[in-house]
Amino acid sequence: MKVHKYGDNIDTDVIIPARYLNSSALSHLAEHCMEDADKDFAKTVRKGDFIVGGENFGCGSSREHAPLAIKACGVKAVIAKSFARIFYRNAINIGLSIVVCPEAVDRINDGDELDIDFDSGVITDITTGEKFSGDAFPPFIRSIIEKGGLLNNIDSFI
Amino acid sequence: MGYTITEKLLMKAAEKSAIKTGDLIVGKLDMVLGNDITSPVAIAELNSHGIDKVFDKDKIAIVLDHFAPNKDIKSAEQCATCRNFAKKHSITHFYDVGKMGVEHALLPELGIVKPGDVIIGADSHTCTYGAIAAFSTGVGSTDMALGMATGKCWFRVPSQVKIDLIGKPSPYVSGKDVILHLIGLIGVDGALYKTIEFGGDGIKYLTIDDRFTICNMAVECGAKNGIFPFDEVTEEYAKDKNYDYEVFSSDEDAVYEKVITINLSDLKPTVAFPNLPSNTRTLPFDEEIKVDQVYIGSCTNGRLSDIAAACGILKGRKIADGVRLIVIPATQKVYLECVKLGYVETIINAGGVVSTPTCGACLGGHMGILASKEVCVSTTNRNFVGRMGASDSKVYLASPLVAAATAIEGKLVSPEKYMGSDIKEQK
Repeated sequence: MKVHKYGDNIDTDVIIPARYLNSSALSHLAEHCMEDADKDFAKTVRKGDFIVGGENFGCGSSREHAPLAIKACGVKAVIAKSFARIFYRNAINIGLSIVVCPEAVDRINDGDELDIDFDSGVITDITTGEKFSGDAFPPFIRSIIEKGGLLNNIDSFI
Repeated sequence: MGYTITEKLLMKAAEKSAIKTGDLIVGKLDMVLGNDITSPVAIAELNSHGIDKVFDKDKIAIVLDHFAPNKDIKSAEQCATCRNFAKKHSITHFYDVGKMGVEHALLPELGIVKPGDVIIGADSHTCTYGAIAAFSTGVGSTDMALGMATGKCWFRVPSQVKIDLIGKPSPYVSGKDVILHLIGLIGVDGALYKTIEFGGDGIKYLTIDDRFTICNMAVECGAKNGIFPFDEVTEEYAKDKNYDYEVFSSDEDAVYEKVITINLSDLKPTVAFPNLPSNTRTLPFDEEIKVDQVYIGSCTNGRLSDIAAACGILKGRKIADGVRLIVIPATQKVYLECVKLGYVETIINAGGVVSTPTCGACLGGHMGILASKEVCVSTTNRNFVGRMGASDSKVYLASPLVAAATAIEGKLVSPEKYMGSDIKEQK
C-alpha cells in the first residue's frame, strides 16, 4: 500500500493537535490525524498505508492520542530513522507497528507502493523493487507487540 | 565500575544489584501521575481489560489541569471521567479545580514527589522532578494504566550523559536560558533515550526553581530524564517539606557516554525561534520581532520566582499598546502568594491579566490561543507548528525576564537594561 512520507522531528502536536484532545474517540482522532503537517492526510490515507518519517518521529508530548490516531487511520506501520522515546513506547504499548530503518527512509519515495513482512522484518518497495531490513525488537518488547499491547501482557508484571 | 544516580534509582526500582545500559527492566513505582487528557485514555484501557483495582490509592496522582476549568463540554466529560474514577478508587492525590495546579509545579509543592523517588507520569514533562534528585519520566496512557494496576513499569536503562556546569550566571540568565542553550547545542534529539545528569561547580548558583525549569525541558532534547544531584540547595528545599526521603548520588567512577561542559558565565538571555526548541539565538539580535501576546506561566516557568522576576520589570511600567500579557500562576498557592505580595496588582496595573492555574494556553487548548500569523513570546516549553493556536502562528520560547521586557517594549528584547538591584534581589 501507499507511502505518506514526511521529514525529521514530526511532533505529536502536528500528528494530533492539542485542540482535538478534548476527546479520545478513535474516529475523532483519525479525522484530524497529521492535520498540521499534511491537511489532506486524513482524506487520502487508506487502510494498510504506511507513514515514513525521518529522525525523532513523534517527539513532544506524551499523548497516546498520537499513535492511536495513526492506528485508527488504518496505517499498517510507521517506518522512521528514529523515534522519540515516549512515542516509541506508546506505539509498542498499543500495538502500532513501528520500524527503525534509516536506509529505507532514505530510499523510499512519497507515494511508493510498499509491503512489510513482520516475521522477517523485510520492507519491500514494490515501486522500485528494493528490499530493506528493519531493526528487530528485543524479545521482551516483541512479546508485548505479539500479545496486542501492554495490558494483554499484564501477567508478566504481577 | 560505579553507577550514576539514575542507574542507582533504577536498580532500587528493579530490586537489582547490577544493571547496564540497554537492559530492559521492570521497576516498582513510588508515584504514577496522569492529567485530564491522558488519564481518561488510561481509565478506558483499564475498563476494556476488566481491571477494577488500583495497586495503591496513595501512589496515584490525577490532576485536572490541562483543559480545566473546563473549556467545553467534551473537556468537561473527560474531567468527569477522572473525577468518577478517583472517587471510585478513593485516590488520595486527586486534584480538581480549586485545589489543582499545573501538575509539575503542584506535585513537588505538595511534597507528593520527593528525592529518591521513581516516578512515571502520563505527561512528557514529568521529567521535571529530576530537579530534586528523583528519577521521573514521561510515559503514555497505557503505561499509566499498567502503573495504576500493578505499580510497575518497563524501562530500558538509558545511557548517561553528564552536563558539567561551571562558572556563575549573570543575574539576567535563568534556568530557562541554561536549558534553551543546551537544547540549541545538542538539538531536539541530542539526548534521545538518554539521561542528562547535571553537575559541576556552577550548580550551586542554580535555585531549585531553576533546576525544575531545566529538568522540565530535558524531554525537549529527547532525554528520558534530567537529574540534578542532591546538594545543599536540595537539602534546604526538602527540609521545609514534611517527608522522609532517601538520598542517592553518582559514584566517582560512574560511566558517562559523554560529558558536555557549559560555562554559565558565558550564557546570555536565550530565545528559541519557531518551530523547534533547538532553534535558539541569544539576545540582543538585530532583527526586530514584534509580538502580539506574551505568556508567562506553565510547568516550565509558572512558579512564584518566575512571576516575581517578571514583576521586577513590570512594576511601575505599562506594557506596549497592542500587546496582550497573560500571566498564569502555576498553582493556587503561587496564585495566593502573587495576590499577597502585590504581583497581581503589578500585572494588572501594567495592563496584563492574571488567571486561574491551567496548562491551557501552552498547548493551544484555551486561555490564550493565537490567531493566524500572530506572534507570542512564551515562557513555556514547546514552539512546534500550531502549538499555541493557528498553524501559522509563531511561538518564541524565553525566560520570564525576557517575556516581561518584551511585553513592555512590544518586541523581543534583552531584559538586561531593566535589571536594577531590586530585581537581582528578587531573583
